[in-house]
Amino acid sequence: MTSPFRTAEGGRIDRATTLEFTFDGQTHTGHPGDTLASALLAAGRHQIATSIKLGRPRGIAAAWAEDPGGLVQIEEPFPEPMLLATTVELHDGLVAHGLPGQGRLAEISDSARYDAVHHHVDVLVVGAGPAGLAAALTAARSGARVALVDDQSEAGGSLLAGTDRLDGAPAPEWVAAAVAELAGHPEVLHLQRTTAFGSYDDGFVLALERRTDHLGTAAPKHVSRQRVWRLRARSVVVATGAHERPVVFSDNDRPGTMLAGAARTFLHRYGVLPGREAVVFTTNDSAYDAALDLHRAGVRVQAVVDARPVGSPRREECERAGIRVLSGAVVTGTQGVERVTHALVARFADGEVGAGSAIACDLLLVSGGWNPAVHLFSQARGRLRYDEVLGAFLPAEELEGLSVTGAAAGVFDLAGCLADGQRVARAALTALAVRPPGEDRLPTAPEPVTPAAPLVLWRVPDTSGAGGHTSFVDLQRDATVADIERAVGAGLRSIEHIKRYTTIGTAHDQGKTSGVLTSGITAELLGIPVQATGTTTFRPPYTPVAFAALAGRDRGRLFDPERVTSLHDWHVAAGAVFEDVGQWKRPRFYPRPGEGMEAAVLRECVAARTGVGILDGSTLGKIDVQGPDAAVLLDRLYTNMISSLKVGSVRYGVMCGVDGMVIDDGTVLRLAEDRFLLLTTTGGAAKVLDWMEEWAQTEWPDLRVHCTSVTEQWNTFPVVGPRSRDVIGAVFPQVDVANEAFPFMTWRDTTLDGVPVRLARISFSGELAFEVYVNPWYGVAVWERLLGAGRPCGITPYGTETMHVLRAEKGYPIIGQDTDGTVTPHDLGMAWAVSKKKPDFVGKRSFARQANQDPLRKQLVGLLPVDRRTVLPEGSQIVELHPDGQLPPPPVPMLGHVTSSYRSAELARPFALALVKGGRSRIGDTVHVPVDGTLVPVEVTGSVLVDPEGARRDG
Amino acid sequence: MQLIECPWCGPREEVEFHYGGQAHVPYPDAPAEVSDEEWAHYVFFRDNTKGRFAERWCHSAGCRRWFNAIRDTATYRFESVHRLDAPQPHATELARSRRSTAP
Amino acid sequence: MAELLRTHPLQAWSTALERLPDTVGITAEPFVAMAVVRLGAAASEALDAALPTVPNTWAQHGTGRAVWLGPDEWLLSSTTETPEQLEARIRAAVVPLGGSVTDVSAQRIGLRLTGARVRDVLAKGCSIDLHPRVFGRGNSAQTLLGQAGVVLLALSDVGDDFLVLVRASFAGYLADWLLDAALEFTPTHDS
Repeated sequence: MTSPFRTAEGGRIDRATTLEFTFDGQTHTGHPGDTLASALLAAGRHQIATSIKLGRPRGIAAAWAEDPGGLVQIEEPFPEPMLLATTVELHDGLVAHGLPGQGRLAEISDSARYDAVHHHVDVLVVGAGPAGLAAALTAARSGARVALVDDQSEAGGSLLAGTDRLDGAPAPEWVAAAVAELAGHPEVLHLQRTTAFGSYDDGFVLALERRTDHLGTAAPKHVSRQRVWRLRARSVVVATGAHERPVVFSDNDRPGTMLAGAARTFLHRYGVLPGREAVVFTTNDSAYDAALDLHRAGVRVQAVVDARPVGSPRREECERAGIRVLSGAVVTGTQGVERVTHALVARFADGEVGAGSAIACDLLLVSGGWNPAVHLFSQARGRLRYDEVLGAFLPAEELEGLSVTGAAAGVFDLAGCLADGQRVARAALTALAVRPPGEDRLPTAPEPVTPAAPLVLWRVPDTSGAGGHTSFVDLQRDATVADIERAVGAGLRSIEHIKRYTTIGTAHDQGKTSGVLTSGITAELLGIPVQATGTTTFRPPYTPVAFAALAGRDRGRLFDPERVTSLHDWHVAAGAVFEDVGQWKRPRFYPRPGEGMEAAVLRECVAARTGVGILDGSTLGKIDVQGPDAAVLLDRLYTNMISSLKVGSVRYGVMCGVDGMVIDDGTVLRLAEDRFLLLTTTGGAAKVLDWMEEWAQTEWPDLRVHCTSVTEQWNTFPVVGPRSRDVIGAVFPQVDVANEAFPFMTWRDTTLDGVPVRLARISFSGELAFEVYVNPWYGVAVWERLLGAGRPCGITPYGTETMHVLRAEKGYPIIGQDTDGTVTPHDLGMAWAVSKKKPDFVGKRSFARQANQDPLRKQLVGLLPVDRRTVLPEGSQIVELHPDGQLPPPPVPMLGHVTSSYRSAELARPFALALVKGGRSRIGDTVHVPVDGTLVPVEVTGSVLVDPEGARRDG
Repeated sequence: MQLIECPWCGPREEVEFHYGGQAHVPYPDAPAEVSDEEWAHYVFFRDNTKGRFAERWCHSAGCRRWFNAIRDTATYRFESVHRLDAPQPHATELARSRRSTAP
Repeated sequence: MAELLRTHPLQAWSTALERLPDTVGITAEPFVAMAVVRLGAAASEALDAALPTVPNTWAQHGTGRAVWLGPDEWLLSSTTETPEQLEARIRAAVVPLGGSVTDVSAQRIGLRLTGARVRDVLAKGCSIDLHPRVFGRGNSAQTLLGQAGVVLLALSDVGDDFLVLVRASFAGYLADWLLDAALEFTPTHDS
């Protein structure tokens, strides 16, 4: 329960509050402001887990998202795998344990909320370090709309992790003032705990805000846990800083080995000493700050091991403090088991390792230089160039609408970062024609000290005898220098291939520390410039994003819109079982108590064929077509003649694509000389309207015709069955419903209590039927009026399943079920619906193509299982036996497949529709359908199985 | 999420649009008079240009208007968009598109 | 026989909508007559009224509104006419000029969003910029809200009053979507 490595004071933690948490079953304490990693380090714990392949101990090696070592699984408050201890903010009651590279998804569903928000700005600044804050202030002061996002819990970036002073005061004071100023600008959105994880076209940046993770169990339930910000910026300023790069040496994965800058962060930001005795191994000046800061905090710095032969001007500073500096020396390896006990230090000159010795330490800090975080720039297709001095890749070009500043652009001194941030923001504003602010003061930073040139050193030659097998490049993948050597030895040259061969950079951290190292080591092994090797492609997301966050609110009921008709509540109350038809919820059948689907459908079918049934057909697509040339357009798009249709009449029509294949069918009501109402299939409504618009707008703009969707403008209730005339006659006494007065395929307008109603004699069942059209405002009332009038005849509401049985018994195809985009009207036996008089219509020319004349094309036929019992599964294949009754040898030729299959009350047996090669010439034949391992004999019939004479439609 | 400029509504997210393939592939004046091969070219063949390409788009979730665009198929960048009632520039590309559907 | 009663598609949502705080007020609009009119430049003259010609704008039109839907297409509404009256009036004016008119009164449902946070609610599913600087009173857009196509009208200059017109079959989805989006601004919610 103690925190022996917590400093006595300092750090940006709230020492007055103590938080309790459990890691690997042990209880520890920490403070608000801690991460799980800093609290564990305060307890003296470096090792987090073991590695994925080799089972080697691994610990905290960095202080933020670039850490390759500290993967944890959260158990409480909610199970979540594969998080970094360095990025998990501590909260009371946190329960976690270390992960050997693989986690476990929660077995219970995540009850947290996730959402997304669109936000538009003039300038988006990513990163609230010195450069980003300077840029955001400049942009905000201009009055522009600004967003500033930063992935840490508080703004400041590197200023939180050092001893910098601005305007003569500790830098965090300036940070606080800057944040306060930004808060005062109404058009500024400032988000912390928000990681910009992807930059895309046209200034589109996705950022993940962790809104309540840090609150633990205190997180309010009605606030989203995480939010995806969909930021659209006219200009993006990338101020994402840099990642420190390690140097590879033997046993460089031992817990206690850490990036030098991370140790400074743990000290200054979290008030934690990452060890008692440190060795600092560096190739550049930046690690001297870590050595000196740790020394001042009471850590015994055993040595600074500087690979550069001359060392640094900061050597004296160290020596004054009593820190030994070994120039021209390297760390070749470590000793210890679960924690570093010694660093092996050796002379190093001209790439050769000399004699060495072991220095005792419990902390080995490493710095191999800094890699600018160019991810967002690179994702936006910005080219990178290799900088020989820094040993790092930098933006190589200016992108329109996206600029990079600060350490991300290779500017590493504080004054330079502030000035560069301001410069970039002013340039961005100017490009947007926004006047940059007049008053735009930068804080005074100390004069920068020019650092000595760094040495670019990717790896220390392995003198351990392990042959590079313990020199880890990617700790998360347990991938080593030896793996890269093997890849190069196998002939791989491309860095992309080497990545996939070695798996380097494919783990959780996506190569934040290993990527550039791999480029460097590969170049070295191939003897080519690093520029020629390049980097692997930077792809979003920059850090892992949970699928739940990406799904946002599009889950559960909101996953896919449910479209309903105005009758929906009635259907629900009537106990309907629904089916999805596109996005529509349609009643499939209305079971009575104790009834299954089969019984209900048989009952509903009997009602419609012998009495009267009623269907909510309101989901049918409806298109109002108007204009002097309306008939011309329809003649060109339907296979049959529409212009000859009389006002007051209805015609069935088929539409084909230019390839001659059926795309939709339906009925056409001629409302006036210049006006038609088209009924399309439920699923085809939008497609047909788009199809008509496409032709009308792009091909025949001279036609004076307008199409308007009226799908929701009309309820459509087919009243079906021999008693339907009684029902319609009772509800609409003013309408003469006699067959002579109101013949098949005509429509009449009438009113019901003053409400306009349209009646049409259209039948999708073969029975006498009337479709009732009414404004859905009155839909429920009219429906109930029809039910009331039909009660004496036992009117039965029926659903889509019965509708399907009734239409299939009549051989009416469902486009998209009995057709699949390869079926012509002729294949459906609908040559009668193809005009021979019209010189042309869309699809006509294709009918003449040889392939469409083939007598062996698949044609729609009926199938009757000989056993009168089997309901053939839809989609079943159809095969033909040899004359001797044997199945042909594999591959068995397929004649076609079952497209619709039902049990028929009328026929007292199951039946099916099928597309069968040369089907119409096979009528009367017996073919076979494999069902559950047996071959079911079926008789091929015509597609019309009920009332082929059409005697019933007039009642 | 790319922005596409609708000539009427201005820039909108690409999900509001429907792609209509190569532009300026006219419906033959008299389909009955073209050969099977010519007809097949009209129905099935389109250019697969790398680079600047004249194509059709529809702002389907917005004003539902079709328009033409010149887009670079390698970079996805839209060079220009054109209302159908406006004169269509880039006559060379358009002529080439048109020719290329002929057998 | 009793008069035919009208049923509003969002009747079942009325209680939930009424519970919302003023900052995220959502009200289902009562039925109004609406019609789509299609006509070229002569439209304004024919209707003796200024129809908006700038894309993505709307204007007051009698007791209702005229919303630009396309270069020759407007959505007209009227709070004083029946659907049949509205269609008949416009028909008489535009059809002789080659135009057309279609009654779409039941095609769409209006949802009125008022309050200081409704712009934040819309931003959860609307990709266009609704900042009052660019989407003030008089602006409109046909776009997507969540996964539903909508016609969105700005009714104020400070971004606190919008009308969302949605296809009637999507009204329940959109009401659910809006209620869910408004949840975080609902202080009475049990947290």
